[in-house]
Amino acid sequence: METPKPLGGRILTGPFLFFLTLFLIGGYFTVKRFMLGIGAVSNMNDGYPWGIWIALDVVVGTALACGGYTMALMTYACNRMEYHPLVRPALLTSLFGYTLAGASVMVDIGRYWQAYNIILPWHSNLHSVMFEVALCIGAYCLVLWIEFAPTVLEKVKADQLLTKLNRYLFVIIALGILLPTMHQSSLGTMMLMAGYKLSPLWRTGFLPLLFLLTALIIGFAVVIYESLYSSVAFGLPKETPVLTKLGTVTFWCLLLFMVIRIEDVNLRGYLPLAFDGSFVSNMFLLENALLASALLLLMYPGNRKSPKLLFLAATCLLFGGGLYRFNTYITGFEPGTGWQYFPSAPELFITLGIVSLEILGYMWCVKKLPVLSARQTPHVSNS
Amino acid sequence: MKLKRRDFLKASGSGLLMAAAGPATALARSEKKALAPKAVGILYDSTLCIGCQACMVGCKTANKMPLETDDQFRRWDNPKDLSASTLNIIKRYAEGTGTAKDQEQNGFAFVKRQCMHCIDPSCVSACPVSALRKDGQTGVVSYNKDACIGCRYCQIACPFNVPKFQWASTSPEIVKCQLCDHLLKDGKIPGCCSACPTGASLFGPVEELIVEAKRRLRLEAGTYADFPLNTIAAGSPARTSSRQVGRYVEHIYGENEVGGTQVLLLAGVPFPKLGLPELPDEGFVRLADGIQYAIYKGMAYPLVLLGALVYMIRKGENGTDKDKE
Repeated sequence: METPKPLGGRILTGPFLFFLTLFLIGGYFTVKRFMLGIGAVSNMNDGYPWGIWIALDVVVGTALACGGYTMALMTYACNRMEYHPLVRPALLTSLFGYTLAGASVMVDIGRYWQAYNIILPWHSNLHSVMFEVALCIGAYCLVLWIEFAPTVLEKVKADQLLTKLNRYLFVIIALGILLPTMHQSSLGTMMLMAGYKLSPLWRTGFLPLLFLLTALIIGFAVVIYESLYSSVAFGLPKETPVLTKLGTVTFWCLLLFMVIRIEDVNLRGYLPLAFDGSFVSNMFLLENALLASALLLLMYPGNRKSPKLLFLAATCLLFGGGLYRFNTYITGFEPGTGWQYFPSAPELFITLGIVSLEILGYMWCVKKLPVLSARQTPHVSNS
Repeated sequence: MKLKRRDFLKASGSGLLMAAAGPATALARSEKKALAPKAVGILYDSTLCIGCQACMVGCKTANKMPLETDDQFRRWDNPKDLSASTLNIIKRYAEGTGTAKDQEQNGFAFVKRQCMHCIDPSCVSACPVSALRKDGQTGVVSYNKDACIGCRYCQIACPFNVPKFQWASTSPEIVKCQLCDHLLKDGKIPGCCSACPTGASLFGPVEELIVEAKRRLRLEAGTYADFPLNTIAAGSPARTSSRQVGRYVEHIYGENEVGGTQVLLLAGVPFPKLGLPELPDEGFVRLADGIQYAIYKGMAYPLVLLGALVYMIRKGENGTDKDKE
């Protein structure tokens, strides 16, 4: 098996400085939010109490961070060791994705200094979907850090600690599969409470199942995307054979999703609503067109062998799956009484700043820590 | 051996998926909630309301809420809707010439908007930290800022768009009517009801308010009848006012909406025209609650799945390490 090793090289590259600038702008507005309140930077209002900080950073963001979940599922639960080289880079993106989704929540919630109330038993509301999601995401962040710890321990050569950790790692890995299964489906259940305020094109009892499936689909797609992108960006050999297999798994999950998604709207009799020409309906069509394109691309086994088509399909999935989640939280949500929402520039910059921090962290880690498996470079012992 | 292992995973995995798909069956809905034993509420009768807004002043005084005004001298309170400074508001419906009171066409009507104090409140179910609570006796839905984390899920969940958030504050709170809970404790009645001069806002036990609402629906329009003022709570002075009976829409809004509410409304104009949404008798919270319950009942499914995963991962580790299989 290939051994992951640090890529090395310069840290302060052009792209690094670009994302650093974005991060600093986002940081400025984040400080402003804490000094002057949410209203000073955001367009959120009493009709749209959740904006892009929740819909993009948390709901779409954690789906994009499901690479670690899906790869752990394939590698450890299904015992397919061929996916092993993909685990570490996927875990790294998950680690950043989830941790920063958590950070984003702290920017979003109004009374952040009381956030610990969630874990105080006399405050906990076991009936609340939000309670379960918050607890699961918090626990999963912790699990991700422990799962990624061996990478850091290898680097600093803490062999004893590494051996100890490896002995109990199976429990952590199991939790790393269980927790996302729970909270990713619950992110769907969450919007059921919106009732009539959520358009019937999205509101269904199948929301938890559909959200779990999009977590898997986006999780697979992000691994394909990231592997192909890294191979070009960092000049590594492509891992096409394993990505082909991944493409096949993705196809079946996507097929299941699309059948349930469309049939659910159809059987409830709301399919004509999708063609009434309104903005909301067009977003529904766009979301499904993107997913259907990916389905068509992945349907032919030959296509799954082409890195280009795989990349294209993964891109469609990331946007289509992301849009499904975004629409469920923002586009399809209509509280009535004339409320409007479009994110403000400072609000967007805070989100961009958080995403930039994610990218910066990834860039630094793959260069300094043994994350990516470089098959053509001579074997270097890390232990 | 490998096949067996995969089957195990499939079996435990599909159990979870089936639970997630559960809403298709009625089983996933949890049971309807009953009215609290000493439930109190407000009956608002749009046909008795003269739009004087005394209730709004009474509310602001009782709750020490700030004025909301676009007047530069801050001479009067003029809110447009419920907000972080306004817990109670009288709004006006007008159509066509807007001349005849309580008439849908060419008429006008008033409506009082405030927290409905649902029998099965979505906000209470939604709140992760129990900052919103329903009193076991009075059924009043109250807010505790020391528990609240400001996630605003209550705002998403409320079918009446009632909870408001202090967007401009660095220590923001959720703001909504708490039925003057602080006054009820001293045997007083909510500020809006003590201020109302016509009996349009009437405080009392919910069951008696429903009896009173049904009595009004039976009255003949145009005749004169006695209407109680301020309160019908036991032990309070029974004051009444003789007034001409208006033409009612045959519906008590809040009797059954989303499982029933403790604030009830009567009107002469269809309720959706007054901004009160048409809602099913079963609250949206029942379905969400039912699904959560089906999946997480006693944490059985998650624990089975965790057990299966640990088993699979251990098996996999042994397979690669010792090559046992």
